[in-house]
Amino acid sequence: MLERPIASVRTIGHQSIDSILRLGYAARFITLTLLHSGMSFRRLRLTIRELYFTGVLSLIIILVSGLFVGMVLGFQGFHTLQTYGSESALGVLVALSLVRELGPVVSALLFASRAGSAMTAEIGLMKATEQLSAMEMMAVDPIARVVAPRFWAGFISMPLLAAMFSAMGVFGGYLVGVVLIGVDEGSFWSQMQSAVDFREDILNGVIKSIVFGFAVTWIALFEGYDAPPTAEGVSGATTRTVVTSSLVILGLDFVLTSFMFRGV
Amino acid sequence: MAAANFIEINDVSFAYDRRPILTGINMAIPRGKVVAIMGISGSGKTTLLRLIGGVMKPNKGEVVVDGRLVNAMDSGTIYDMRRRMGMLFQFGALFTDLSVFDNVAFQMREHTNLSERLIRDLVLMKLHAVGLRGAQRLMPSELSGGMARRVALARAIALDPMLIMYDEPFTGLDPISLGVIRNLIRRLNDALGATSIVVTHDVEETLDLVDYVYYMSDGKIVAHGGPEELRAATEPLVHQFIHGEADGPVPFQYPSANYARDLKLEGRDA
Repeated sequence: MLERPIASVRTIGHQSIDSILRLGYAARFITLTLLHSGMSFRRLRLTIRELYFTGVLSLIIILVSGLFVGMVLGFQGFHTLQTYGSESALGVLVALSLVRELGPVVSALLFASRAGSAMTAEIGLMKATEQLSAMEMMAVDPIARVVAPRFWAGFISMPLLAAMFSAMGVFGGYLVGVVLIGVDEGSFWSQMQSAVDFREDILNGVIKSIVFGFAVTWIALFEGYDAPPTAEGVSGATTRTVVTSSLVILGLDFVLTSFMFRGV
Repeated sequence: MAAANFIEINDVSFAYDRRPILTGINMAIPRGKVVAIMGISGSGKTTLLRLIGGVMKPNKGEVVVDGRLVNAMDSGTIYDMRRRMGMLFQFGALFTDLSVFDNVAFQMREHTNLSERLIRDLVLMKLHAVGLRGAQRLMPSELSGGMARRVALARAIALDPMLIMYDEPFTGLDPISLGVIRNLIRRLNDALGATSIVVTHDVEETLDLVDYVYYMSDGKIVAHGGPEELRAATEPLVHQFIHGEADGPVPFQYPSANYARDLKLEGRDA
């Protein structure tokens, strides 16, 4: 009679132990990656190639999304500010929303689904087709040769992509606010310039995007490396990369924001 | 003086978690010979290759390669040893993002300081040996299964290894490619003065090719001897395998409950 409740308690126990174990593996994985990063810098071409795949090929989606997010901010911001007769603050609203929040967060979400999922699938398939084992049998460490260059490529490209997202968003806000609706151009830019603080706003946004870049790349590479070597395993890992990274990005954003902007 | 046996495996046992894969394996692989490890799927053959390559360590016993104890090596020494080993994986395991040429050049670029000109010459020689010099610019996705296997073989011998290991080299090949691979295994072994281990379950292709055979079942060595001895073996397990009989000591039916009970016929008059 007690069998079913006991079994479900046992399942919960197993699942918690499994997830803690996995967290341990992931921590070990990132430590090894960092320790074996020498080759990524000695043979810069390996890293540059990955920078092209993760960074340059993500540019289109990042730039287009940034433009549209900025344009929507322009419309919505104008609509709300108009009520209080302060349309001239549109530039401030657009810039602060982008630099502090939307730039790092939205570009990290896009980065996870564009570049992160590709990394997981690629490494998972390399594992499923024994390419990683073959490399190991050839006395080449796959962590140093395959994983570390991808890690640094993701780590470097994420803040740059976030910066470009924000810049494109500001341009989108300008297009809608100034060119389309006719907000005064001088006050749009000058208020933005005086209200956006370099350390308080821009630097904090950059820190966020660096943290997100680290987290997303770590999750994507670990999921790929840890994927069961089957078609199902790789597809499951790719899905997990997108879901986990998205949740981690949003969770981390809350934590970072509460530390960075408390009492301001 | 080099020992007569390139590989010696003494009383080796290995288990995943608590599930035993290999128990009490003893094996000697003489220098310069082509030796087959045969057995049905899941008998522990591939695990044995991994132990020889130092990918995994045995729970008990010792693995000796070229006079040196593999299970006592640290990872650096194991990597040094692997540079002198070549391995052909079941489906080739070519690096899909590199061309045929770059696949073969991979180890030379990773492990040597040879100039690109010299590497080019060496790669072309290796590709010529497997008959695919003309395919150097192709990508792995453009190759047929048999060609991929030959490129992988060229890659495995890139650094002139002392030991070449083949994991199921004949699986999924057409008869012509199969013949090509079989000839290459023998020719390359003799030309390089290497030692080869072929893990396989393809009986006819293998018995004509190799010098000695170990037959494994359930993680144990059941029989060993020259190809002719194995053909003539009376041991039921070996006989069933060599002659491909559907039923025998290895049953046709997966262990299952009583048939009549499964069909709910029990209790009725048969």
